[in-house]
Amino acid sequence: MIQWLKDLMGSGSTVRAEPGETLAKQLALVIDLNVCVGCHACVTSCKEWNNFGSAGPLADERPYGADPTGTFFNRVQTYEAGAFPGTDTIHFPKSCLHCEDPPCVPVCPTGASYKRKEDGIVLVDYDKCIGCKYCAWACPYGARELDEERQVMTKCTLCVDRIYDEKLPREDRKPACVKACPTGARLFGDVKDPASDVSKAIRERGGYSLMPEWETNPANQYLPRRVTQAVGGAAQVQAKLPGRE
Amino acid sequence: MNPAFSVIAFTVLAGAAQGLVVTLALAVLAGVPLAPGFGSTALIVAQAMLLIGLVASFGHLGRPERAWRAALMWRTSWLSREVIVLPAFIAVNGLWWLALRNGMHTPLLPLAAIVMAAALWCCTAMIYACLRFIQEWAHSLTIANFTLIGLSSGLVLASALAAVLGEQALLRLTAPAAVAVTLSAWATRSLALYRNAALKPRSTLQSATGIHAPDLVQKSMGMSAGSFNTREFFHGASRAAFKQIKLAFIMLAFVAPVLLLVWAATAQSTAAFVLALLVQAPGLVAERWFFFAQARHPQNLYYQVVS
Amino acid sequence: MFKFLSREPIHDPLASPAPGAHTEVKTTTCYMCACRCGIRVHLREGEVRYIDGNPEHPLNQGVICAKGASGIMKQVSPARLTRPLLRKAGSERGAGEFEPISWDRAFDLLTERLSKIRATDPKKFALFTGRDQMQALTGLFARQFGTPNYAAHGGFCSVNMAAGMIYTIGGSFWEFGGPDLDRAKLFVMIGTAEDHHSNPMKIALSKFKRAGGRFISINPVRTGYSAIADEWIPIKPGTDGALFMALLHELIANDLIDHAFLKRFTNAPQLVVLDEGEREGLFAFDPDPQRGPPGDGRNPHNKLVWDKSDGKVKAAYPEGIAEGCDPALEGHFTLADGTRVAPSFQLLRERVASCTPEWAQAITGIAAARIRDLAREMGETALRQAFELPIAWTDAWGKQHASTQARPVAFHAMRGLAAHSNGFQTVRALAVLMSVLGTIDAPGGFRHKAPYPRHIVPNYRAFNSPEMIHPNTPLNAAPLGFPANPEELAINPDGSPIRIDHAFSWEHPLSAHGLMHNVITNAVKGDPYRIDTLLIFMANMAWNSSMNTMAVREMLNRKDEAGEYMIPFLVVCDAFQSETVAFADLVLPDTTYLERHDVMSMLDRPISEFDGPVDSVRVPVVPPLGECKPFQEVLIELASRMKFPAFTTPEGGRKFSGYPDFVVKFEPQPGIGFLMGWRGKDGTQHLRGEPNPNQWQAYASNNCVFQYHMPQSMHYMRNWNREYLDFAKDKGWRQRNDPVQLALYSDTLQTFRLAARGKTAGRQPPDALRERIATYFDPLPFWYPPLEDSATDLQAYPLNAITQRPMAMYHSWDSQNAWLRQIHSHNYLHVNPLTALAAGIADGGWCWVESQWGRVRCMVRHSEAVEPGTVWTWNAIGKADGAWQLAPGADEARKGFLLNHLITEELPFDGGEHGANTISNSDPVTGQAGWYDVRVRIRPAAADEAEQTFPQVATMPAAPGVLGKTASALMYFAGRRK
Repeated sequence: MIQWLKDLMGSGSTVRAEPGETLAKQLALVIDLNVCVGCHACVTSCKEWNNFGSAGPLADERPYGADPTGTFFNRVQTYEAGAFPGTDTIHFPKSCLHCEDPPCVPVCPTGASYKRKEDGIVLVDYDKCIGCKYCAWACPYGARELDEERQVMTKCTLCVDRIYDEKLPREDRKPACVKACPTGARLFGDVKDPASDVSKAIRERGGYSLMPEWETNPANQYLPRRVTQAVGGAAQVQAKLPGRE
Repeated sequence: MNPAFSVIAFTVLAGAAQGLVVTLALAVLAGVPLAPGFGSTALIVAQAMLLIGLVASFGHLGRPERAWRAALMWRTSWLSREVIVLPAFIAVNGLWWLALRNGMHTPLLPLAAIVMAAALWCCTAMIYACLRFIQEWAHSLTIANFTLIGLSSGLVLASALAAVLGEQALLRLTAPAAVAVTLSAWATRSLALYRNAALKPRSTLQSATGIHAPDLVQKSMGMSAGSFNTREFFHGASRAAFKQIKLAFIMLAFVAPVLLLVWAATAQSTAAFVLALLVQAPGLVAERWFFFAQARHPQNLYYQVVS
Repeated sequence: MFKFLSREPIHDPLASPAPGAHTEVKTTTCYMCACRCGIRVHLREGEVRYIDGNPEHPLNQGVICAKGASGIMKQVSPARLTRPLLRKAGSERGAGEFEPISWDRAFDLLTERLSKIRATDPKKFALFTGRDQMQALTGLFARQFGTPNYAAHGGFCSVNMAAGMIYTIGGSFWEFGGPDLDRAKLFVMIGTAEDHHSNPMKIALSKFKRAGGRFISINPVRTGYSAIADEWIPIKPGTDGALFMALLHELIANDLIDHAFLKRFTNAPQLVVLDEGEREGLFAFDPDPQRGPPGDGRNPHNKLVWDKSDGKVKAAYPEGIAEGCDPALEGHFTLADGTRVAPSFQLLRERVASCTPEWAQAITGIAAARIRDLAREMGETALRQAFELPIAWTDAWGKQHASTQARPVAFHAMRGLAAHSNGFQTVRALAVLMSVLGTIDAPGGFRHKAPYPRHIVPNYRAFNSPEMIHPNTPLNAAPLGFPANPEELAINPDGSPIRIDHAFSWEHPLSAHGLMHNVITNAVKGDPYRIDTLLIFMANMAWNSSMNTMAVREMLNRKDEAGEYMIPFLVVCDAFQSETVAFADLVLPDTTYLERHDVMSMLDRPISEFDGPVDSVRVPVVPPLGECKPFQEVLIELASRMKFPAFTTPEGGRKFSGYPDFVVKFEPQPGIGFLMGWRGKDGTQHLRGEPNPNQWQAYASNNCVFQYHMPQSMHYMRNWNREYLDFAKDKGWRQRNDPVQLALYSDTLQTFRLAARGKTAGRQPPDALRERIATYFDPLPFWYPPLEDSATDLQAYPLNAITQRPMAMYHSWDSQNAWLRQIHSHNYLHVNPLTALAAGIADGGWCWVESQWGRVRCMVRHSEAVEPGTVWTWNAIGKADGAWQLAPGADEARKGFLLNHLITEELPFDGGEHGANTISNSDPVTGQAGWYDVRVRIRPAAADEAEQTFPQVATMPAAPGVLGKTASALMYFAGRRK
């Protein structure tokens, strides 16, 4: 009873990060657009792991009918820039960015949407979610999907059930998408640790946030395309090449 | 956004009910003479609308059996606050109705009802206005519109009730008030439309992907038959239909009711007061539909093309 | 008590959803495509819960692709066939009316019918296989049966790539060899979208880019790998050969060629006879009887070079180039007997003299300046940015090299080059380009994978006479191989083809992989004869694995005057209810890859790494569904029942209990079996040894893969590496240990040309084919426009139409996969906006795309990533309504489409064989189907037309025994349900 009163009075949670709290550790993905070939390995590896895992099942509607649609945490998109013959084709994976300032958390009326204090992963509590979709409205990235059968919100969990699973060999304790990616276009680690692979990649390769204008401070960062214009030459970031913009 | 009829139904019904209660409360506080049963009748009508609206809003939930949880995050969530304020408002109305039935006439309950109604308009509007990247909504005009439209619909409803039940004293006040408030609502709603038309989206495909090429286009959204993100955030109506609905709500929610109210007041026509209500109702639905449909969510940038 | 109001989460994201369920992990090999990555299959309560890449497998090193990760959905696809089916008596083919029968009955039926054929006229049995990986077994079966009518799908896939390179450098791309991206500095990828060796390519490409390598992609379209290229060079389809010739022109003109390499390791300095006569264009030889007979395509012995240091003719092969000899690469000379000769490289110089970049610009659409720069970039990187690895090696002639020369320019190419009727010569041109840069089996260049390099021309006993076919007797020759001269062709004394697909005939002599795309047409036309039984395995001939699909479907149903089907008996073996299943008389349900034994064998389609041979297996991870039976078991059962000698004991009993037993025990050579790991009675002998009865267990406990690491001294220059050549012979990979000189000049082709010109005493082609053979059997590469161009009004049909393979699907196989089809449930025709708008077609609009052979209606997607003269789509996504157990009206049927309907399998030809007026729409050298030669035009569909693709076919009914009904929502959960 006292605990409940304490809870009600808001004397801190052990699991949830408080709004505006700065975390010591923030796990995240770094997506390297320079080597993504758009193979969708991350899409279906995520689907198969989570479909049968603690985040699942992830429904598929009309799986063998017209307009098949289903719940996926990660999608790979394709963009084109420029005009022929100077066209660029860019493959673009997108999943929850585990923002440091996640707009989807404060709007949730039940507290099902929360950011973990210990590692910054943003999760959905499937036992609390009432499927009101308010959090999806609050995400500028469209990173959340309502599972049509379970009627609760779902999203990337950074494979929290893999990264801490001691029964898995150490090298497998990473998100399914990271392990699957054949070009190594997905890196995983703690962006608050300056010595981690992800931090180094962000520093050295100019990692950037999506939609920085909304100041959600996404933890996931993207690495831009680079072009090697001559054999033995240095790779230059594509946006800075002459003739663009 | 894809407007959900359950939410439209709830906000329209509740808004009108709030307006009706505020009208009644102000009338009572101002000492307008009313028949003994009128107050409780009006409150029953309001409560019925609130309850129907509430039930309708459950239709928007994936897991309605857990709806009670929605009250827990009032510290951060406007939806949570609404979930607390709405039952509180209903409770206050209920207490006031009990008081009326027992002949108690305290100013506290109508005052509380006004405060609750105002708080409810604020919560409801803030649910949308607090989403800073839905630029069409993130403005104080949203609160103004919810409040004024709610008040307008409540006054039109009150006028119709008063006309039908013969409350002339009330009617002499609510009719002109309805006209004035409806005109104001039209004004603020038009301001919002004007503002929305001039909005320059802060998010672009370039900021959404970080690929700063001037002629960037999407070629594939990653799936070929849609997903939650293509269903929830796109209204799917054609451009022509969209324009027609805008015209419809302006006419039906604002213009026609004003004209009908003026005629009804001058011609002393009960039927006209009722007609004003019947004409405004679909207009309110259309206005709310348009409010949701006009919002261009930045996530839509990521869902444009299939190939 | 008030916990329910707590702000703490209730759901534990770390908790297992099925606590206490029995879990285990088994390794096997994926088969969602032909990459064959090592996978781990995680089972929960015996059901497949998760598939990921095996980190310990050398091929994929723990990664997996979209298809591999979706294997679960293939396993539970409702399209799975589960019972043998017999077409109901009186019903029509294509109507799909079947009755389930027992395997016993199916075997009895087949054995009876096949035995009768075998006892009377064995060639009336045709066995053709599609996406399979078991050609060693199926080839053995056909050979033991005694029929020459056997091939897999190579003839319409990419035989040009295999043959063009094997006839030049003794190896090819994909599983036979590839680019050494670990050490390359420049990587040029041509005509490649996504091929089935994709995961290793992705791993290597990413590492290459991150290490600062420069990646250029040459392709009409910018998709897939090309998206991450540093530079995309668009090119018109079918013109790459012109580009290569122009690059050769530039390299030679600027002397950016590896002289030392050409002189020592290729036939560039070997002297070619220029005088008219029966040796014209063949290599000069020493007439001294001690030196043996003159060399030919398979026995390149007794060759001569002109030594510049003393102006004398010297022996070149097999002696090699002696110390101090400086063979000429150019010039014209005269032999002692007056014969005029020139080094073959001189002839190449003369050939490319007119192939200027300006000439190539007009053909390819690539600016001449860019071609010049590209040649310079290639040449300078290969020669000036070269380096040496401190690896000593000894060449075939005893010379010891203290280090290994690296040439850091690597290439990769695929169907964009092969699927044209000029593909063979185009690929030859590429192989010659790679050779003049000295990149063959050099670090940073092209590296072979065991058992390659193979001899030029690989040795085999050719099937070349109808006398070789005897009832109840195995064929004493191989149905498929690499002919070295006209005597090896599979023709009758009158020059007509013996095989049903006309492979190895004068129409396309070097058709090393057969011509699957001709079988049905020829069988129905009775050309050269009618067959009785066609057995198709894992090939969707009645849909995407055919050119001119609708006509093929009609032909499968065609009957003769007596009312009998032109192909009397059609047997289809497949795991899924494809479009072809409906046309079968007998359907045999195959297992999926998770339910069977398989071998990825050195005798078949190998899986080796650069540094050493590798083979791998599949073992069953889950039990077969229903009555599914692996096709290999079916073949062994039939072979045993029909008492094929290789499958029967001397006492007349059954030799092998089943496929695993066969794999362990069968030895085509002593000590050599299908699997090379853990041989010997105790399993300790690798590569060669006695059968090991526990061999399967050894593989299963070692990640289902065996990898052998050769010592460094055997890693490079293996065409001429003495240590490696001896090793390869010893291990049975090659029959000889002769060095494999690169054949820049192909005297093999010249022998056919001489025959066509009537200059030889041996076999000669029918008169109607002389000019064709004389033209295309050019010993030097050259570019010519695709054959279809001359049969097409190019003004009326100005556009090229091609396909690309999407990374998330493999042929027609994945629309029955609930997850993969959400990525591609239908397809669009991608058109450059300028082209589309000129035709009046908006983005997303419906259009007609028409060739002179057929028309298709589909939706268009504007794209700047395609050159304006080309339109393209993803292949094999369109499906027939109701096929693959997709609900009628599925996206694949209503909005998906195939380009196959636009393509013809025959072109008009004056005076074809026996007065026929058509010839196969194929490469005249190899018979490779000219898929990408088709020319089309586009126009908008009318506003009142139905918004669905055309053509549509009648809905296929479900076959009995298919796995399941199509649920409206799928929430599959492996193991204990939540």
